Amino acid sequence: MRKIRYLLMRRFTQIGILVLYFGANAYGWKILQGNLSASSLFETVPLADPFALLQMLFAGAVLATDVIVGALIIALFYAVIGGRAFCSWVCPINMVTDLANWLRRRLGISDVQKRVYMSRNVRYWVMAMALLLSTAMGLAAFEIISPIAMAHRGLVFGMGFGIGALVIIFLFDLFVHENAWCGYVCPLGGFYSILGKFSLFRVKHDAEACTLCMKCKEVCPEKEVLFMIGKNSGSVLMGACTNCARCIEVCDDDALDFSIRSQLEQTIEQTKEKA
Amino acid sequence: MAMERRDFLKSAAAASAASAIGMSIPTEAQAKADAAQSDWRWDKAACRFCGTGCGIMLATKDERIVAVKGDPAAPVNRGLNCIKGYFNAKIMYGADRLTQPLLRMNSKGEFDKKGKFAPVSWERAFDEMEVNIKKALKASGPEGVGVFASGQYTVMEGYAAQKMMKAGFRSNAIDPNARHCMASAVVGFYQTFGIDEPSGCYDDIELTDTIVSWGSNMAEMHPILWSRVTDRKLTDPDRVKVINMSTYRHRTSDLADIEIIFSPNTDLALWNYIAKEIVYNNPESIDWDFVKKHIIFAASPVNIGYGLRRAGEKSLKDGKYTALEMEIIDKEMKKVVSEKEAPALKPYGYKAGDVMENNPGSLAHWEVSFEEYKKFLEPYTLDYVAEISKGDPNESIESFKAKLQTLADLYIEKGRKVVSFWTMGMNQHTRGTWVNTLAYNVHFLLNKQARPGSGAFSLTGQPSACGTAREVGTFCHRLPADMMVKNPKHRAITEKAWKIPDGTLNPVGNQHIMKIHRDIEDGVVKFAWVNVCNPYQDTASASHWIKAAREMDNFIVTSDGYPGISAKVSDLILPSAMIYEKWGAYGNAERRTQHWRQQVLPVGDSMSDTWQWVELSKRFTVKDVWGEQPLRGNKKLPDVMAKAKEMGYNEDTTMFEILFANDRAKSYKLDANDEIQAGYDNSECLGDSRNVVGSDGKVFKGYGFFLHKYLFEEYADFGRGHAHDLAPFDVYHKVRGLKWPVVDGKETQWRFNVKYDPYAAKANKDAGTNNSHAFYGKLAKALPQGDLLGVKDPAKKSLANKAKIFARPYMDPPEMPDTAYPLWLSTGRVLEHWHSGTMTMRVPELYRAVPEALCYMHPADAKGLGLKRGDLAWVDSRRGQVKARVETRGRNRPPQGLVFVPWFDEKVFINKVCLDATCPQSKQTDFKKCAVKVTKA
Amino acid sequence: MRKELPNDRRKFILSMARGVGLSAMGALVWSAYVDEVKAAPLILRPPGALDEPDFLKTCIKCGLCVEACPYDTLMLAQPGDNNPIGTPFFVPRDIPCYMCDDIPCVPVCPTGALVQDSVTTEVEDELTWDITKIDMGLAVVDVESCIAFWGIQCDACYRACPLMDEAITLQYDKNERTGKHAFLKPIVHADACTGCGLCERACVTKKPAIYVLPNEVALGEVGDHYIKGWDKADESRLKDAKGGTTVTERSNRSAVDSLNDTGDLY
Repeated sequence: MRKIRYLLMRRFTQIGILVLYFGANAYGWKILQGNLSASSLFETVPLADPFALLQMLFAGAVLATDVIVGALIIALFYAVIGGRAFCSWVCPINMVTDLANWLRRRLGISDVQKRVYMSRNVRYWVMAMALLLSTAMGLAAFEIISPIAMAHRGLVFGMGFGIGALVIIFLFDLFVHENAWCGYVCPLGGFYSILGKFSLFRVKHDAEACTLCMKCKEVCPEKEVLFMIGKNSGSVLMGACTNCARCIEVCDDDALDFSIRSQLEQTIEQTKEKA
Repeated sequence: MAMERRDFLKSAAAASAASAIGMSIPTEAQAKADAAQSDWRWDKAACRFCGTGCGIMLATKDERIVAVKGDPAAPVNRGLNCIKGYFNAKIMYGADRLTQPLLRMNSKGEFDKKGKFAPVSWERAFDEMEVNIKKALKASGPEGVGVFASGQYTVMEGYAAQKMMKAGFRSNAIDPNARHCMASAVVGFYQTFGIDEPSGCYDDIELTDTIVSWGSNMAEMHPILWSRVTDRKLTDPDRVKVINMSTYRHRTSDLADIEIIFSPNTDLALWNYIAKEIVYNNPESIDWDFVKKHIIFAASPVNIGYGLRRAGEKSLKDGKYTALEMEIIDKEMKKVVSEKEAPALKPYGYKAGDVMENNPGSLAHWEVSFEEYKKFLEPYTLDYVAEISKGDPNESIESFKAKLQTLADLYIEKGRKVVSFWTMGMNQHTRGTWVNTLAYNVHFLLNKQARPGSGAFSLTGQPSACGTAREVGTFCHRLPADMMVKNPKHRAITEKAWKIPDGTLNPVGNQHIMKIHRDIEDGVVKFAWVNVCNPYQDTASASHWIKAAREMDNFIVTSDGYPGISAKVSDLILPSAMIYEKWGAYGNAERRTQHWRQQVLPVGDSMSDTWQWVELSKRFTVKDVWGEQPLRGNKKLPDVMAKAKEMGYNEDTTMFEILFANDRAKSYKLDANDEIQAGYDNSECLGDSRNVVGSDGKVFKGYGFFLHKYLFEEYADFGRGHAHDLAPFDVYHKVRGLKWPVVDGKETQWRFNVKYDPYAAKANKDAGTNNSHAFYGKLAKALPQGDLLGVKDPAKKSLANKAKIFARPYMDPPEMPDTAYPLWLSTGRVLEHWHSGTMTMRVPELYRAVPEALCYMHPADAKGLGLKRGDLAWVDSRRGQVKARVETRGRNRPPQGLVFVPWFDEKVFINKVCLDATCPQSKQTDFKKCAVKVTKA
Repeated sequence: MRKELPNDRRKFILSMARGVGLSAMGALVWSAYVDEVKAAPLILRPPGALDEPDFLKTCIKCGLCVEACPYDTLMLAQPGDNNPIGTPFFVPRDIPCYMCDDIPCVPVCPTGALVQDSVTTEVEDELTWDITKIDMGLAVVDVESCIAFWGIQCDACYRACPLMDEAITLQYDKNERTGKHAFLKPIVHADACTGCGLCERACVTKKPAIYVLPNEVALGEVGDHYIKGWDKADESRLKDAKGGTTVTERSNRSAVDSLNDTGDLY
């Protein structure tokens, strides 16, 4: 149980949120209405997807205060607290890609497959392109093709052919490239990587306790964020970390755990960056 | 060569359009249309739905009705239809059509009142019916066997049912749903004219200057007639006036020059107001020459109750009615005269606060002087009438008064022809008979009755309420052609015609449709058979009757095409042939009789109601039914077996042989070369290719003679020579219906008018008078003399050839809004659905158009109750409740204080809420008013 | 002597070029797809929706309006619907807009894609919901297949109309063929019709003979150079009018050019 405690918690929040949305649509529950694009919490607190909002602004929309407030709430939450936690704690696609990854490991696909080079920076390109196209096309461009939106909207309001998008991501992640969608392509992940760069909630590594078994790197969907494993102690500070806690779970040496990033670390980091 | 669907439709449409307007179309297109339709058979029929009586043409192909068109040759509709008529081709083909007899059974296959329905053979079905009828006869005598009959019976079905019930079972407990529909009009006709059915015809519409619709939403309920009214208005928009008199705004107001929204029941006061305007303020408008020659004045008691259950009735004693229900039922015995009705009742010696002791309703009336009538009219001043009858609280009294004045002026205007149409508003009324007679008063005083373009004209709701229920007489108190079971001479005529012994017929005919329900609840009626109607949905206080049917020791049979509420409530269901699956005839509201042939074979093992009755008659012999039979109140029907033997019957002769397969019947031959019969199915007479296994367990091969023609001709003989003349059977298959009396091959447009009605001319000649009219009806044509308060001289004075003007006051209905139930409820229909919706709710297009019954109410009332449009609301009365969606914008716009809910939707079972109060004279239920409260659901 | 480009620099340029190429291709496919799905000219939007282009910009596809609709009228476009994915719309033949008096779908919109001001009226200094102001589209009658135009007494659309006698009225015409009946023809009035589609839903023909189209499609537009002289209110149409130069094929050259071009005149 201990080995999967965070996994269970993540699935609980991911599914729980969807259940609340579904219940709102199907049974009229008034807890969390809408979907991940925008919602209303207890019929009072607006919540909204800041990346969608950004695209809409690029598209030239004049927006009501509700959605702006909602997007600020969400943006602040991830910027200050959660980091890129959206990707592993909320996003429903995560369940699809995790399944693909798990199967990939079980089937040993990565071991036999020739690695195709792909830059993790693709997602930032896609993100920029989403914003540019939003302006060019006059509507939120990523929202039109986003499999994430198709998934959560589909689960709440009806899927249609959207299931196809999920299958494609699943098959791509399984057979073509490890973690292709979440780790390389998804502009929303890119957006949250940037947004959550300075958030407080972090994974912390204790190099003293590390036995260099490297299990953490094996499971990490964003391996480069664990560059310090066994080398030096400190928090995982790269924005790409989704706080999924798989590394914490697999670590048999208590060398990894969550912590609040300290002011000191922040300063150090900033100094490093300057240097 | 295959023709493209599109081309086909185009050419077929062109051909029918062209023939409709009598234009010739290019022969090539005609040939194309002919080729496409070569395997179709077109034949004429009558529309299944309302009393308008539109003619239609049906196309059949491969034993299926594939298309319908309005019959361009039909005088009523000239090829047009309303949307119900438009879907005649689809009504028989609902997916859940009943195809085999179904009996409630236990696991051992025995009948079990609590069992589930399972298919049985026709033989088993008739076995069960036979056993249970015998059981009922033994327990209660002939009064224990009841039939819920119909104004949608074909003439032949009604006649067969009537004959088996009254001659066979000697039971008069057969009463049609038409009782709910036009019984008040009938009693109005009887009391006023001495004979049933309207004097005018639809041609009045084209000839009149003024159309006043009283309690009739013609725009929705008689759409084709309404389009004729509209055309009349368009023809001369300045001269022609249309007035809509109603308790709420409905679509008939669209065309109206004046809309008068009055408070429920005050139509009584409004008619008397117009009469008062004539008699007091415009006496010169009275055609005294006409009145003196043709009219007498009459009065009747006012303390006649409301047709509710009377104290001491079994189910009241057994506590089957709640204290809330008793609040209203108690008024049947006595009531307190209200402030509202006191002025109107003053001439009768009542004042507000007096207790009125009610007697059971009776038809008694007596002649009074014109002065008495004038005295009676005195209270109906504009002030009084406007005050009690203004129906819209938001309308100013001045505006309302001005409208009433204009209304009276239009009636009175010299040279202005006026037709007053009414339907359920005036018939479904606890003083329905009264208000019907009041309509004639006004027309008589002005000599505007039974003249082309003028007359008070009762429109019927059902397609054969006139043709079957009334003319055939499938009422508990009637025999064919306006004869009465109570009248020994009429019984004798009927017994002779039916070749049954003297004294067979039962003289007590009081089991009207409400009484049958109540008798089931009281445990008297033990066997009831539902024919072509849906009495468990269409009767007010519905919960009582359903409970009685399901929980008491009785046997309920329903013959139907579809599983409606009545079928659900039954013990045995018989799958029945629907309209075009049998030979038939209907008679519409203008006395037009229309016949059609069987177009297709019935679906499944369905058989017609006629067949079901005839098969049932095989199970009963002379000794089963013609021995001495007990009646209620220690009365008896005599043993007529000895007389039967004298007539050549023996005690084992079946009713089938006597009533249906007799010598006369067998003289109507089946003939494949007869132009009427050739090429058409006749499932009853010839059997058919389905080889249905019949009531004896063998394949039914047909009766071998032309049963329908026999039934029609024997029935028609009753009326021939008695001002009810129908043409021969074969003639009706060649023409588009004829308005009876058909004398010397000619139909009659305006009855009682010497110029148009040969019977009136003859009566006039026989009496040696030179009058314009002769009201030759024979019923209640000798009256004692008296004043408003009662008979003073019981010696009866003849009033041959005369009609009557009645003094009948405004009175309150038994239940009116109060603090606990503050709103009026009116019920009714919508254009898209027919009655209880068993047929039309199965036509996808009509279902989609109007899928549910709404509760129409005023926006301010809704707001006051915290209801929004579209909210679900409970409509509660002392009797029950239903849930319906609130509509404040729809087709019906009630004034504040009134809600309207249509009754077609079995999910919004509004008759659970309605009160079973009836006109005490006609026994017709008042579905138009009771008190309810509405709350958010 | 030509100097070889340093290997890593070359690599960098190449990879940049590859990135740009891939991006361009991606952008092309992406924008083509977006263009395709946003082209849904017949889509009907919820009450109070902005004009289609602005609506597409502003709607965040959260479905709150869909959840607020008590009749399940509104749906979010699903992939495969050929409508802009995730945006709310309705199909009146299936479920029309029942025109709730309190318009629950509009106030829940977080982005302002559904505009409250467009569906409220000031009554006694108080803003109240006014469902009659909504304008989702316009009902159009196909008089060829409308059976009321054949003379059938139908008018199911008229009786279904929540703005009966305003949005749909009956036009009475004599039926000369029968000589005694009248046509009761449904006529839609664009100024009152909200596009709720209750008429389309109620229509009894196989394919509805009355159907709602977006105003953009259903309505023409009169030029602003002419107004009804008999209708004062029509002047409001001119408020944005500005004159301008007109060009036809005959006038697309300057006067001088035209004058100098004698062609085969002489």
